[in-house]
Amino acid sequence: MLVYLLRRLGQSLFVVAAMAVLVFVGVYAIGNPIDIMISPDADQAEMEAAIARLGLDKPLWEQFFIFVGNALQGDLGKSFVYSTDAVSIILAKLPATMELAMLALVFAVFIGVPLGMIAGLRPHSLAGKSIMAGSILGFSLPNFWQGMMLILLFAVLLKWLPSGGRGETAELFGIPFSFLTLDGLSHMLLPAINLALFKTSLVIRLARAGTREAALQDYVKFARAKGLSSQRIVLVHIAKNIMIPVVTILGLELGSMIAFAVVTESVFAWPGMGKLLIDSINLLDRPVVVAYLMLTVFMFIIINFIVDMLYCVLDPRVRLSEAKA
Amino acid sequence: MSAPTPEAPTLEVRDLKTHFFTREGVIKAVDGVSFQVAPGEVLGLVGESGSGKSITGFSILGLVDAPGRIAGGQILFQGRDLVPLPESERRKLRGSKIAMIFQDPMMTLNPVLRIDTQMTEAVLAHRDVSKARALEICREALVKVGIASPDERLASYPHQFSGGMRQRVAIATAFLNEPELIIADEPTTALDVTIQGQILHEAQALCRETGTAMIWITHDLAVVAGLADHICVMYAGRMVEQGPIDAVLDRPAHPYTVGLIGSVPSRNRRGGRLFQIPGMTPSLLNLPEGCAFRSRCPRADIACLEEPPVHTATEGRQVRCVHPHDEPLEEMLS
Repeated sequence: MLVYLLRRLGQSLFVVAAMAVLVFVGVYAIGNPIDIMISPDADQAEMEAAIARLGLDKPLWEQFFIFVGNALQGDLGKSFVYSTDAVSIILAKLPATMELAMLALVFAVFIGVPLGMIAGLRPHSLAGKSIMAGSILGFSLPNFWQGMMLILLFAVLLKWLPSGGRGETAELFGIPFSFLTLDGLSHMLLPAINLALFKTSLVIRLARAGTREAALQDYVKFARAKGLSSQRIVLVHIAKNIMIPVVTILGLELGSMIAFAVVTESVFAWPGMGKLLIDSINLLDRPVVVAYLMLTVFMFIIINFIVDMLYCVLDPRVRLSEAKA
Repeated sequence: MSAPTPEAPTLEVRDLKTHFFTREGVIKAVDGVSFQVAPGEVLGLVGESGSGKSITGFSILGLVDAPGRIAGGQILFQGRDLVPLPESERRKLRGSKIAMIFQDPMMTLNPVLRIDTQMTEAVLAHRDVSKARALEICREALVKVGIASPDERLASYPHQFSGGMRQRVAIATAFLNEPELIIADEPTTALDVTIQGQILHEAQALCRETGTAMIWITHDLAVVAGLADHICVMYAGRMVEQGPIDAVLDRPAHPYTVGLIGSVPSRNRRGGRLFQIPGMTPSLLNLPEGCAFRSRCPRADIACLEEPPVHTATEGRQVRCVHPHDEPLEEMLS
């Protein structure tokens, strides 16, 4: 197990290093933040002072090594715009995105898995066919359009739910969260559904494929021959087997939901990280963009790691073979 | 082997018909099969792949999947016909009164559930006992099938077991609720010969001990010869011959049974060419008119175009053939 962990750590470090180069060079190749940040009527001396202050007078490779040196000490740079630590700006927005992604994940699992299993157990029934047709819509309708339709229907026409913002928040461990208040929860509902629609469709497909496969296995027939009720067969024998692919995919998708909730956050004016990213790109606030992408890389690595650990819980065969490795 | 007993049979199948209604037509997987098994007795159900022997087993258990269903006949279990029973009633019988052991032990245990979960659930589904008691029952069952350190085994997952061990677990599971009837669907084909012998011996001992009737489904005549009291040979969904094991193996009457026996290598006929049945098993979708074995049969003639009747001869022997053999096996094969 230790060898396995060390190997994983080595791979992760390589990924971080490669991403650092790509992200830094990529972001610094675009635009010139000086044009945006300094008023056009500033004189040459002021401009040069500003460039020197931001460290943009140095060649790219030198800037990169300064960045790496700072990054190793946990400092991913200062925002050009806010003149404060980029990481703390991002982390201040993290809880909002996090709670949204978590709620979306809950929707995806608790709606997607049961619907997928129904479609898998009764593939030729009306319910099964309707679920599959619905999942195709969930896949193919553009995310922003789904979001606008949700606003149109539930906020504008029916006036059931608010259309944007975070609503009232309450503090937990000193961090403001929306899900703790009723008002906040009502604000979360639409964006979370919007964020979850695609993932739910994905989970439906995975759960259906898994269920159809598992239902044909001999162990299901043997379970029936033991005289078990169909609830027990479906909820224990089949469900536990289909959770392996579902957890894999959801782990990866949770990362993308947190990192790239950009569209949903923009449509619903949700003050999370995705909205921060868009704003920073527009303002050419390079350190924030770089720090954001680096944090995203870290997050993906950690989530993947957790998913691997979850496998061990779900699939006893992995537990054994990797304990040996 | 065993003299005809006045005891009522545990199971009596009468003219069972299990058909599959597919888009291409009706597949008569089981078409008019009758046999009976008495308590403590072993019936060998023999045939090639696709002869309908497994479907017969599943029909008795009530586990025929759509588009298949029992289209006719009776399955009398302890005198009660199972065919018209609702699913809830059949479920109560499955695993408690009638148990089944499957062919491939690698596939029959759920890979992600522990052995104790998979065994105790079989007890808890039928008996109102505590979990601790259920675990105790499972422990005893494992000891009975010769598994050492059962406590450790109960806490293991299937992949930590060898094939023979898994089949022992499956057998122990089948015997958990002391069933009246066990249907064993080729349970030893996937195992090594030495393990096969042990499993056969254990299954036989358990049946004798508990008075459980057993149907042993197989294509292997050698297994049946050492195990069964009666034999029922199936071909293309139909019973072609049945009777006491020694009588059938010594003096087979149906040309198909003769062919089957002749195909088994034997020390007595060492050096000679092995017998082969010419041709292949016909597709169940377009069976020939009359006798299904007609096209492969050396004795077939124009009379075989008619559906052959079932002859009931002495000692409870039945043959579905127009031209049955009546000489001893040695003469036929020499």
